[in-house]
Amino acid sequence: MPAALRSLALTVGTVVVAIALLALLLAGAGYDAAEALGALWNGAFGSWTAIASGTLLRATPLLFTGLAVSLAFTTGILNVGAEGQLLAGATAATAVALAMPASAGLAVTLAALAAGTLAGAAWAAVPAWLRARFGVLEVISTIMLNFVALNVTGWLVRGPLQEPTRIYPQSAMLDAAVRLPRLVPGTRLHAGVALAVLLALALAWTLRATAGGFRVRMTGANAAAAASAGRIRTGRVVALVFLASGALAGLGGAVEVLGVTFALYENLSPGYGYTAIAVALLAGLRPGAAIVAALLFGALQAGAAAMQRDAGVPAVMVSVVEGCIIVLLLASEWVRDRAARAATSTRGGPPTPPAHHASPTPA
Amino acid sequence: MITDFLDAAVRTATPLLLAALGETVAERAGVINVGLEGAIIAGCFAAIAAATPLGAPAALAAAALAGLAMAAAFGLVALTLKADQIITGTAVTLLGLGLTGALYRVTFGDQGAALRTPTLPPLALPGLSAIPIVGPAFFRQPLPTYIAYAATLLACWWLYRTQTGLALRATGENPAAARAAGLAPARLQWLGTAIAGLSAGLAGGSIVLAQVGTFAEGMSAGRGFVAIAIVALGRWHPAGAALAALVFGAASALQFTLQSAGFDLPYQLFLALPYLLTLVALALAAGRYAAPAALGKRPV
Repeated sequence: MPAALRSLALTVGTVVVAIALLALLLAGAGYDAAEALGALWNGAFGSWTAIASGTLLRATPLLFTGLAVSLAFTTGILNVGAEGQLLAGATAATAVALAMPASAGLAVTLAALAAGTLAGAAWAAVPAWLRARFGVLEVISTIMLNFVALNVTGWLVRGPLQEPTRIYPQSAMLDAAVRLPRLVPGTRLHAGVALAVLLALALAWTLRATAGGFRVRMTGANAAAAASAGRIRTGRVVALVFLASGALAGLGGAVEVLGVTFALYENLSPGYGYTAIAVALLAGLRPGAAIVAALLFGALQAGAAAMQRDAGVPAVMVSVVEGCIIVLLLASEWVRDRAARAATSTRGGPPTPPAHHASPTPA
Repeated sequence: MITDFLDAAVRTATPLLLAALGETVAERAGVINVGLEGAIIAGCFAAIAAATPLGAPAALAAAALAGLAMAAAFGLVALTLKADQIITGTAVTLLGLGLTGALYRVTFGDQGAALRTPTLPPLALPGLSAIPIVGPAFFRQPLPTYIAYAATLLACWWLYRTQTGLALRATGENPAAARAAGLAPARLQWLGTAIAGLSAGLAGGSIVLAQVGTFAEGMSAGRGFVAIAIVALGRWHPAGAALAALVFGAASALQFTLQSAGFDLPYQLFLALPYLLTLVALALAAGRYAAPAALGKRPV
């Protein structure tokens, strides 16, 4: 079986196993699994409204953050801070959109999108600097900054950015003139989804066909070799990719405010930045495939909301599926590794190098 | 007021110390388990589920076992199947947060707010608790705090004064050499991972049983990641972890103390303080003291 086909089979198999696990969990918890899964399907794909206002709407922030995570992981940067970067982007976009006169229309929208992008990059600049300067593990620093972003947003919507009546913990509503245009009349689907898909395709092309993309892939594959044999300034590549990753997530936050919520809330994101990790891994870190993965998780989330409404099943059950998918993919990655190794040894290739690359023990 | 401040510092430091001690052992064996957060929340859930029918001591044990189960999931993928430790840990964290949230809603309904358990009473150690100022803060605490004290001493002795402890540390520096010397690195890394899971579960149990008395989705609130920072700040030594945990406890306690003293500062910004402190601490700890050389490397 060709490698691509095997990889596809493993991915599809993973999703099937995860949904089977969900069915088991539902049955175990005493729900009618068939009814619940039916509600999930209807909520995701049952009607044009469900597809446009449910699945596609949810898939959009997942695609932005999924691309952010894919790009970072490809380069060997474990940015799990897309959640915080998304919030930073949403906050900056709201602040800029509210500060400008609504009569400026599209100019405000564009400025807000730019502000969100920059804010996401700025939020990612902190862990990027901590890693470059002090070697701080970005997994920890980005998670810490997620909590900081959440608390700062919580303060802003009760303080400087609170709506004029000072009753609700949210910002003022954005004027209709500055919102993203509707893509399909009568649904909630906005132009942001097109922007996300275009970005995914552009990113796929950049990684595959440009010199910059080559440097990014080489740095991720083997930074030491890229630096010594390829004369690639890997430190610079890592820093730039970290910023770009934050920018993508920040733009996703801006799009969410300008296209969906129209105001800043503390709980604007139901964990898009975390689900993004599952999106990226399911897509095998390929930006093009991330479109499909984001759609799948968007459908799962839209379906979960319907499942809660129609079958009384808590939507959070679906997050178990997300966790299972990541764990199963990691396990199947091991299966893939082993298969590749077996193939190499049968072809009489070089023996597998020892997996342990520890530097010599200091005295 | 100083006693109140110290008391709050020790109380908030307790779960951090418990989790950091286990993670210290795991990291000395060369395993970094970012899934600690998932083990803590699993401990929280097990504690609230077991507290009412079984009582507090059994609930603490259940919490430790739940942490162990999460560590087993991590070990299976990261150690046995040799997947990347950091990504596996992230997945285990997501799984723990999702699974506990789902189970809580399924078991206790959407409200669930009614589910409360009385918190463990403080136990005053005779003599020690009579020391002025610090006595009541350190020695009039609920049971988990004393478990944390005992675990610190035990870890110091076990890691540095026993054959197994030496073997475990050797594994963390160079698994290949440890194996050549006739040790069993795989088994020692599993042992370290299991200890980290048990103590993270216990940490979760102590949050519910000694501090909050109830469960909320995502209530672990990043403590697993703070604990990993504490391990680095404590230079991979149990005693260092104890000091570092106390610093973090103090940062959180500052919020309560300043509020009760009437300072009108935005409370969300105080909530962000421990996370910011973690970043500063990691930057300060970086590079000056060597981490175990084989930390986070795929097993041989």
